[in-house]
Amino acid sequence: MSTSQSMNVRDQSLHKEQLLSLYGVSVPSRLLLGTAGYPSPAILADAAKASRASIVTVSLRREAAGGKIGERFLDIIKNLGVRVLPNTAGCRTARDAIATAEMARELFGTDWVKLEVIANDDTLQPDVFGLVEAARILNANGFKVFPYTTEDLSVAERLQQAGCEVIMPWAAPIGSGRGLANVAALKSLRAYFPDAKLIIDAGIGAPSHAAHAMELGYDAVLLNTAVAKAADPVRMAEAFANAIVAGRIGYDAGLMPARDMAVPSTPVAGTPFFDIE
Amino acid sequence: MLNAMPKIELIVNGRKSETRAQTLAALLDEQELSDAKVATALNGHFVSAAKRGTTPLKAGDSVEIVSARQGG
Repeated sequence: MSTSQSMNVRDQSLHKEQLLSLYGVSVPSRLLLGTAGYPSPAILADAAKASRASIVTVSLRREAAGGKIGERFLDIIKNLGVRVLPNTAGCRTARDAIATAEMARELFGTDWVKLEVIANDDTLQPDVFGLVEAARILNANGFKVFPYTTEDLSVAERLQQAGCEVIMPWAAPIGSGRGLANVAALKSLRAYFPDAKLIIDAGIGAPSHAAHAMELGYDAVLLNTAVAKAADPVRMAEAFANAIVAGRIGYDAGLMPARDMAVPSTPVAGTPFFDIE
Repeated sequence: MLNAMPKIELIVNGRKSETRAQTLAALLDEQELSDAKVATALNGHFVSAAKRGTTPLKAGDSVEIVSARQGG
């Protein structure tokens, strides 16, 4: 086998390792992109393409009499050729979230749902009690639930018991852009649930935050505001795409352990002007 | 025929509304949303498109009519 052939095989195996599987569906990208808050529909479409995202999040809102707003948005999304993940954003009870998920399933033709049950308007903190309750009912009714939760280990355990194969802890509050606020807890969560699909959802502000999440072994990152509100959303989408790939390859390659003290990287033996005697 | 029906008061998408529609499907027709890509709920519970025609409305009901939108 020539060198170039062996390189090709290696590239293919690397590519295969990098495929993300969510509820039995394999997708090439580990970035899930939100569709809200872009300067224009054209910039949304360009940013989604630049992000190389395989999945975009969408939502449901009230339609006015004779309205066509929903249909125009659906056309934009269809043209992207990506899978959609409808959310239940703004729901404050399990009941509302369940009804919203059912409406979304009919409208978007998918049983995937990003389950949000919100407890507090200022922090947009998940109501984890309502979340677990809604997750149990939705899983029993054939949904594939992607629950937006905190980094709390016991809640993640309850979500898994409720049938969730995917768990989506926040990095920081939605739209805050603060990055990974509780790295130690996110590390524990990864270690405690080695087989769950863990997606960081919310609070990411910079590509380095996303790379950090991937270096911790998270399976994917879901973000919206960091791209939509960037000065140039299209270039920021590309930056996130690259950061997430870099972070994942870094994790796969095995990061060196951190040390308290310096260790010279250049060999000490044979250092000139070093007095051996 | 429709005009002979008494008006009832509903909440449609959070606002008070009067209608002569007797079913959810008739209400959508009245709102010019029969052919629109919308989903519906009645009193907090999902009603599928197939069941709108046989879902009766009564005074005080709360109806949600939603469509696709940007989301995070």
